[in-house]
Amino acid sequence: MSDKNNLIVYCEYDEGRVADVSLELLTKGRVLADRLGVKLEAVVIGDKLDGIEEQIFPYGADTVYKVEDKRLFPYTSNPHAAVLIKLFKEIKPQVCLMGATCIGRDLGPRVSSCLHSGLTADCTSLEIGDHKDPKTGKEYTDLLYQIRPAFGGNIVATIVNPDCRPQMATVREGVMKKEIYDANHKGEVINLNAADYVDDADFVVEIIDRHIEKSKINIKNSPIIVAGGYGVGSKENFQLLFDLANTLGAEVGASRAAVDAGFIEHARQIGQTGVTVRPKLYIACGISGQIQHIAGMQESSIIISINNDPNAPINTIADYVITGDMEEIVPKLIKYYKKNSK
Amino acid sequence: MSLNIIVLAKQVPDTRNVGKDAMKEDGTINRAALPAIFNPEDLNALEQALRLKDAHPGSKVTLLTMGLPRAAEIIREAIYRGADAGIVLTDRALGGADTLATSYSLAQAVKKFGECDLILGGRQAIDGDTAQVGPQIAEKLGIPQVTYAEEILGIADGKITVKRRLEHGVETVKAPLPCVITVNGSAADCRPRNAKRLMKYKYAASPSELKNLGETAAARVAANPELNIQEWGAAYVEADPEQIGLAGSPTKVKTVENVVFTAKESRRLDNDDAQIEDLIKELIINHTIG
Repeated sequence: MSDKNNLIVYCEYDEGRVADVSLELLTKGRVLADRLGVKLEAVVIGDKLDGIEEQIFPYGADTVYKVEDKRLFPYTSNPHAAVLIKLFKEIKPQVCLMGATCIGRDLGPRVSSCLHSGLTADCTSLEIGDHKDPKTGKEYTDLLYQIRPAFGGNIVATIVNPDCRPQMATVREGVMKKEIYDANHKGEVINLNAADYVDDADFVVEIIDRHIEKSKINIKNSPIIVAGGYGVGSKENFQLLFDLANTLGAEVGASRAAVDAGFIEHARQIGQTGVTVRPKLYIACGISGQIQHIAGMQESSIIISINNDPNAPINTIADYVITGDMEEIVPKLIKYYKKNSK
Repeated sequence: MSLNIIVLAKQVPDTRNVGKDAMKEDGTINRAALPAIFNPEDLNALEQALRLKDAHPGSKVTLLTMGLPRAAEIIREAIYRGADAGIVLTDRALGGADTLATSYSLAQAVKKFGECDLILGGRQAIDGDTAQVGPQIAEKLGIPQVTYAEEILGIADGKITVKRRLEHGVETVKAPLPCVITVNGSAADCRPRNAKRLMKYKYAASPSELKNLGETAAARVAANPELNIQEWGAAYVEADPEQIGLAGSPTKVKTVENVVFTAKESRRLDNDDAQIEDLIKELIINHTIG
């Protein structure tokens, strides 16, 4: 039996802009919806949503549900969950995608718990495929394959959700690609009356202070990344990487081990639990190459690995391997770049 | 005002050292084959609970964990650091649970526990990194949640004030009690073991452990009830068999694969000035840099 219900993306937005992660999910959602032969829908919950659909339609949405109330922005858990729970009971989507952000990872579990629908966190790939239950032999067609690393990235698991709907998944920013489907694509806007979906009693948590800063770090879009791992050895040695990055016009990234060791801030972490990047040049310094890191940078066009250990796992996916001490090699890269770049 | 606090904690396999025997054929985790540790962010949560206990004398901190009987190890660890008591929710029927079946089981245990003011836990466990169980327990109990907490700023008039650490900033929220709060790794580290508590509680044990420890150990726990680590089963917490374990899990693991990356043919260079200069020149010529 194939399911003809639609696929919906929960769209986050701030300061009038739909979040990149939501647009990435709409891009992926359009492909999945076409594969399933169903509509792609979007839901935006918040305040001052005038014209927000104009940002969403180009990514292929056929329907945009809007729920507006000044108390719905900034996000709090219970009211947004209440809206989605009621809406999903009415429109019964077969798939719901959300960003694996502080919002999506707060909201998704609450909604899935109430609807008793399975939720898979931090998927790195989403596909449609069939499934046969190994015990009952029951066959399912066109399920959402929710593919994610598990166990600190040591394995990749494909999760399915055979019987419960919606099949819910969260995906981190940068994992899917954002691509305009059709700049002139138009769909239907459905304005829902907030009072029908959320109760005054849902507004239990009060935000008393909020400081959101635009991150100054933009590793995701940097064409060149100089990344350091545990092998960099210290906070001080990371300065060398900043020097190289400044010389090349690059951003500095890091592995989880370097972040956990306190060498550098979490915002620069690359990998499954950080940011996924696809620069044209990735210079990995003192990074051994745990799977969880490689998964977040393997699509870089050119990879240079600088490592004391000639057998570091990352070397297998590198285009250039420089064996030696990064404290000596990085200054040489700076020196010869300055010498030859004019 | 004294508080009754539950800290949710998990004994997790140390995912930094995972071998091939770590997974069973059905795609679930073979926990018995792995070194087990106290989930790091649950320790951050414990510290927040102990600080509340310091600030509100007479408060009680109870650790609740679901897992194998050996999870009593993390309860002892928590007691050494200042927790008052602990419960291991353990039952074969609970095995193979996804986050939804886990949160249902733990929510049933919280209901069995009775009145509590606050439920704390780590943001997520390192074996799954899902961050789902906290919010799902909150939903099952019908109470609010505060996720990504970095610091509990205080409790007054039945409301708790919490600083949250989000991707791009901080937010301070006020939530009514009882509620579920999940704590980030960026929160304060947990205090170390207290030497006096270590001496006092080193013989604390659960019924499963006592089976292997002999009569003296059993008699000691029988005479000192504070040494008893409770074990609860699915029936005791009145869990619906349809909603626990594999049967109660809407998500199923279809396949599990070891990760294999496609190797590239790499060019090997030494730490040699001429070789490094040639590489830089090449990257400039093909417009990768510059």
